[in-house]
Amino acid sequence: MGELFLDLGNTLLSTLWDVLPIALILAVFQFVVLRRPVPDPARILWGFVFVLLGLVLFLEGLELALFPLGRTMAAQLCDPVFLGGSADEAAGALHWSAYRWVYVFGAAIGFSTTVAEPALIAVSLKAEEVSGGAIDAFGLRIAVAIGVALGIALGTWRIVTGHPLHWFIISGYVVVVIQTLFAPRLIVPLAYDSGGVTTSTVTVPMVTALGLGLASNIPGRDPLLDGFGLIAFASLFPMMTVMAYAQLSEWFSATRSN
Amino acid sequence: MRDEIQALARSLLGSLRDLTPIILVVGIFQVVVFQQPLPRLGDLLLGTGLVLLGLSFFVHGLELGLFPLGEALAFNFAVRGNLWWLLVFAFSLGFGTTVAEPALIAIAAEAAEAAAQAEIIADEPAALAGYASALRYTVAVSVGTALVLGVYRIVRGWSIHWFIVAGYLLVVLMTAWAPPSIIGIAYDSGGVTTSTITVPLVTALGVGLANSLEGRNPMVEGFGLIAFASLTPMLFVMAFGIVVH
Repeated sequence: MGELFLDLGNTLLSTLWDVLPIALILAVFQFVVLRRPVPDPARILWGFVFVLLGLVLFLEGLELALFPLGRTMAAQLCDPVFLGGSADEAAGALHWSAYRWVYVFGAAIGFSTTVAEPALIAVSLKAEEVSGGAIDAFGLRIAVAIGVALGIALGTWRIVTGHPLHWFIISGYVVVVIQTLFAPRLIVPLAYDSGGVTTSTVTVPMVTALGLGLASNIPGRDPLLDGFGLIAFASLFPMMTVMAYAQLSEWFSATRSN
Repeated sequence: MRDEIQALARSLLGSLRDLTPIILVVGIFQVVVFQQPLPRLGDLLLGTGLVLLGLSFFVHGLELGLFPLGEALAFNFAVRGNLWWLLVFAFSLGFGTTVAEPALIAIAAEAAEAAAQAEIIADEPAALAGYASALRYTVAVSVGTALVLGVYRIVRGWSIHWFIVAGYLLVVLMTAWAPPSIIGIAYDSGGVTTSTITVPLVTALGVGLANSLEGRNPMVEGFGLIAFASLTPMLFVMAFGIVVH
């Protein structure tokens, strides 16, 4: 318990440095450039205290829970005994299909965190309203969640097989550009936006730890070369599925009216 | 005081909703697939509690202090019409919010550990912290630059498509140049920057600008700034990799 408080103290000091720039910037622009008093200084000061405390507790909790959880899950999923072989036949001999639970886990994490993401719920309701009901809020949420699930599953498959990341991402961008030409105008900014809103503050550390854990547990993979990239996959694929969803629903309503 | 507690409870519920899916999926996998208990369950539970509490405090603090102040400032600078101050403010806003972004702090620390394992930097606390901060400041400068470019584009009324297409072409070109060990981190950092703090304040800047200029759509302009802010980190982090790796 004493160790926890010592850790908290250290994290508090380093976090102070992280929050200081934005506090200073706002103060300088408020007082020196605009030369206006702050409306409710006590409230704003309290706000900064909460931000600081929250960041400290969050980072400490990451170290205790989310990072180890991602690594432990990765280690369990890559355990040779779990993968069906005996412990001594390990190292390099496994076909990528032996790691099927890895892809299932990646897809499950991606789908479940995205469906529950508050930012996405807000955006999809807005989209339904703006489009006059042509875009269905629930359908859009499912489309984004399927995109993230596909992205993370494919990203873990890439870590297992060790293919270079940039070929996947670059060909992904090419597909996005082609889809942009054919997708309904209204959906394009929304599709681009949906890539960014899916990766929340809780999901990013967990998914990063999972990728690094996979890369250090699978024989022949290097954490630095293969461990990163899952977030990039998770931001790229929703763009494709959202545009595909818009194209499909446009096509369906066209065939129905014929 | 009662309002205060209600607001805090609301952000606690929000954080709980963020965490529940992860807990459920991990729990189902432990019980159904692995059929074994998680090691160090006590620490995991304590840590999950800290994450929950921390995220709620953080979001609550943002809503109390940073968001109203930042939004008012962003709006003021956007409407005042002095281009130079606007650009300076845009850079500072992008830089300051990105440095404090929790997801970026987390991913930078992980990247430093991976770099130490690959023997690109020494495996000691000072070198790790140095690498992590250097990476974070690189991303922060890149987001600041993105906002300067993005604001200037809005003021001039240039079309966004060319910037995005040119940006992605640059990403492809730099991928060929950059050391392979940085590419994963660089691609990931594009998705990380647009989260808790940065998005609301940047949107406020975009909306303020669109309101002060005639015939602009607030939704479109705010979105354009975010798109820039997820592109430049990839470029800057790859440049960082060319220098450091």
